[in-house]
Amino acid sequence: MSGMNKQGRPTSIGGGSAEGARETFTGNKALQIEEPLLFELDNPGACGVDFDEPAEFTSHLGNFERQGRIGLARVSEPEVMRHFVRLSSKNYSIDAGLYPLGSCTMKHNPRINEKVARLPGIGDVHPLQPQKTVQGALELMNELSHWLKELTGMPGVALSPKAGAHGELCGMMAIRAALTARGEGEKRTRVLVPESAHGTNPATAALLGYKVDAIPATKEGRVDLEAFKSKLGPDVAAIMLTNPNTCGLFERDIVAIADAVHEAGAYFYCDGANFNAIVGRVRPGDLGVDAMHINLHKTFSTPHGGGGPGAGPVVFSEALTPFAPLPYVVQDKDGFRLVETEDEANADGTQPFGRMTAFHGQMGMFVRALSYMLSHGSDGLRQVAEDAVLNANYVLASLKDDLSAPFEGPCMHEALFDDRFLKGTGIETLDFAKAMIDEGYHPMTMYFPLVVHGALLIEPTETESKQAVDLFIATLKDLARAASSNDKDRFTGAPYMSPRRRLDETAAARKPVLRWAPPAPAQAAE
Amino acid sequence: MRYLPLTETDRREMLGVIGAKSVDELFRDVPESARREGLVDLPRRKGELEVERIFSRMAEKNVAAGSVPFFVGGGAYRHHVPATVDHLIQRSEFLTSYTPYQPEIAQGTLQYLFEFQTQVAMITGMDVANASMYDASTGCGEAVLMAHRVTKRRKAVLSGTLHPQYSAVVKNLSDFAGYKLEIMAPALPDTAEDIISHITEETSCVVVQTPGFFGELHDLRPIAEAAHAKGALLIAVVPEIVSLGAVTPPGEMGADIVVAEGQSIGNGLNFGGPYVGLFATREKYVRQMPGRLCGETVDADGKRGFVLTLSTREQHIRREKATSNICTNSGLCCLAFTIHMSLLGEDGYAQLARINHAAAVSLAEKLASVPGVEILNKAFFNEFTMRLPKPAAEVVDALADKGVLGGVPASRLLPGVKGVEDLLIVASTEINTDADRAAYQAALKEVL
Repeated sequence: MSGMNKQGRPTSIGGGSAEGARETFTGNKALQIEEPLLFELDNPGACGVDFDEPAEFTSHLGNFERQGRIGLARVSEPEVMRHFVRLSSKNYSIDAGLYPLGSCTMKHNPRINEKVARLPGIGDVHPLQPQKTVQGALELMNELSHWLKELTGMPGVALSPKAGAHGELCGMMAIRAALTARGEGEKRTRVLVPESAHGTNPATAALLGYKVDAIPATKEGRVDLEAFKSKLGPDVAAIMLTNPNTCGLFERDIVAIADAVHEAGAYFYCDGANFNAIVGRVRPGDLGVDAMHINLHKTFSTPHGGGGPGAGPVVFSEALTPFAPLPYVVQDKDGFRLVETEDEANADGTQPFGRMTAFHGQMGMFVRALSYMLSHGSDGLRQVAEDAVLNANYVLASLKDDLSAPFEGPCMHEALFDDRFLKGTGIETLDFAKAMIDEGYHPMTMYFPLVVHGALLIEPTETESKQAVDLFIATLKDLARAASSNDKDRFTGAPYMSPRRRLDETAAARKPVLRWAPPAPAQAAE
Repeated sequence: MRYLPLTETDRREMLGVIGAKSVDELFRDVPESARREGLVDLPRRKGELEVERIFSRMAEKNVAAGSVPFFVGGGAYRHHVPATVDHLIQRSEFLTSYTPYQPEIAQGTLQYLFEFQTQVAMITGMDVANASMYDASTGCGEAVLMAHRVTKRRKAVLSGTLHPQYSAVVKNLSDFAGYKLEIMAPALPDTAEDIISHITEETSCVVVQTPGFFGELHDLRPIAEAAHAKGALLIAVVPEIVSLGAVTPPGEMGADIVVAEGQSIGNGLNFGGPYVGLFATREKYVRQMPGRLCGETVDADGKRGFVLTLSTREQHIRREKATSNICTNSGLCCLAFTIHMSLLGEDGYAQLARINHAAAVSLAEKLASVPGVEILNKAFFNEFTMRLPKPAAEVVDALADKGVLGGVPASRLLPGVKGVEDLLIVASTEINTDADRAAYQAALKEVL
């Protein structure tokens, strides 16, 4: 291909193919089969379903009858099956290998969770059925609430947020509602967010009209307590803090931070993305947290599904519980009751701030999370945190002399490295990560958190065996050795063996092609 | 514990390498006051058999939609999902992968997202679609915020056709983000003129749902014209995506943004979630869109491939300047949608829509013959509203006792609103048989 010089050394992202790779007639490489777009399989007359025509009827569509062709592909069932099976073979997955994405908690997804979510009495229930016909569903939500409250040591919970960022929004809305209730909603306009925070934190605060004020980190990778205190004032609404933080460290001063926040009349929002590190061992309620979302798809293993659906229930302190949004479940003498309206809530003595979503939240995820919790129990969940932290520290200790670690351990559930070990090699974090792909690994989280240069954030999770972690460590040691011994091609042209080589993201953004369109009429076959 | 591979021997060896005496040492940064020695007050671990029993017991306390004549809609619809769909979405490579941030080993996810975006753009009649939102209600909220960005105005008009819980979600977001909102009273008949009268030079967008909350099909064309004349956008909301197999798509009626609930295709009822929000717009607004977008490109060998693109709109790059705080999409629900839509194809999608419409027409005829029942719709798809001689909530309760799930009483979603107590919103889809409809008719006669 173009972009190669005679030594086979890639000169740009448009570099060449791997040494020894052969071209095939089909473009396939044994089990790696090229697959066209669905629309390119269009075969007029083919169809993947069989329906009977309805009996004669009079249309009531008025003058809204659709005219003309939509353009959807016509394909039979076996072709659809093969299309998606072939697509699936181009994906890396946790079922196939270690997936060390820091901050994402890619752990084993037990299949019993999938099975129970598909029981007809659970999966096939409508959100607006009469409440007496859904007592089991409400019981399930109530039980999940109980587990979340016990595990966090917090008295209130809102189940409805649809994902982590939605949970952040919910938590910050409750904080605003509480401030407004005591007449300070208008004057508290600033939210403190550490530099190391997930991007969703400042985005959430900004969405609510808050001014985002960044808190610097110390050289130990934690919130600078003095700098933080100097930023507190009567105009601060809240702090949004991730704990353990995104450097994989527990914020040692967290109780002092919480006390200072409360003393200043503000609230403490905790990003619970990293709850896996402490579940069963530390309760956020004991740390002074006022609101925290829990990513059920992380800590409680409802699958990530290629980017969703997630679920982000929020737990609340005593001060915020009355403001939790609609709907919520209560249990009384007649059974379980879903409180859906403001009047009902006010009769219960609460003042919900509003509604986050239609219906009641991600029930399908509630089932899976509760199944995961029941399977582990209090003892298993504590072991989850311990093994997750043990695996991460094992990685940190084993690699700290081969890669470069910016902060002293112990870490919590993830180990952070920076790119100092690549200095002078001409290899960047991105290249190092891409070389891992050829070794059969999904790369770790790269370039996040922003507080260290060229970050590599590794979260092995508790569901990796020692043997699997040992091989992973040995692989990274070998890559680090190759990087320092000038084996640059292994990195800068990587990956060589994946279904696609490096993709041109700049071109994609410059001239966005966001959908398939039929070929221009001159070449059209039809 | 069956999910935890480390043995006591492993743990000892690993602690040795770390140089720690115990796991407790690794937690030494936790303030002493917050360290828990014992277990939290919850039951101990359980085997798979026991877990399955617990859920089966809870499941038995629900009436499964498939076990009775079932006519409930109101934003979630029961359809037949081909077996292929559930098989494919449970493949490890789809189910247990992350957001496709490493495109070289995520082409499976990226290609189906590209196909999903194409299907959504096609059926809504729009130029482009994103890789999904959480659901239609949150999609509505995002659409209104997007319209504010596009028009640089801060006031939205929500028509009375909009699902009341969608309105509540938009209202909540507007309350907190400091935007102005006009929410029109719930209305069943054609309200185009009424809606148009609310559009002013201040309006950023007008939100109209079709089929509306009461099942009525609405003509968006005059509303689009009026909105555009005043520099406002038309946001069209489609709660039942099957309808677009039979009905003129909003894109052909002048909509600038289309938000739809995709649950009906490929996804079960799941007691309200997870669902999949569809979000489509015109090419010129694409950089103001929320959510993930997948785009086509080439790899280093010049082969076609797909990547997440235009991410400079998003929170992980832009932080507080992002177009939205959204991170997650409805990945696996999009996949279910894409597979089901692929099976349907051009012809199957139109047929399915036709069957749904026929089912609702047949039900409406049957129920209209019950004394005291009045069908209120002029044009509808697979859902309509009837006026009953009694409060609808009581009727639905009584029907449930007779083993028929008969619909959504309007009062459940419009509590305290006068004049809707006797309105019952009823849906019929391809799952209903003639026997189901006959059973409903008979039960309603007895109840009234």
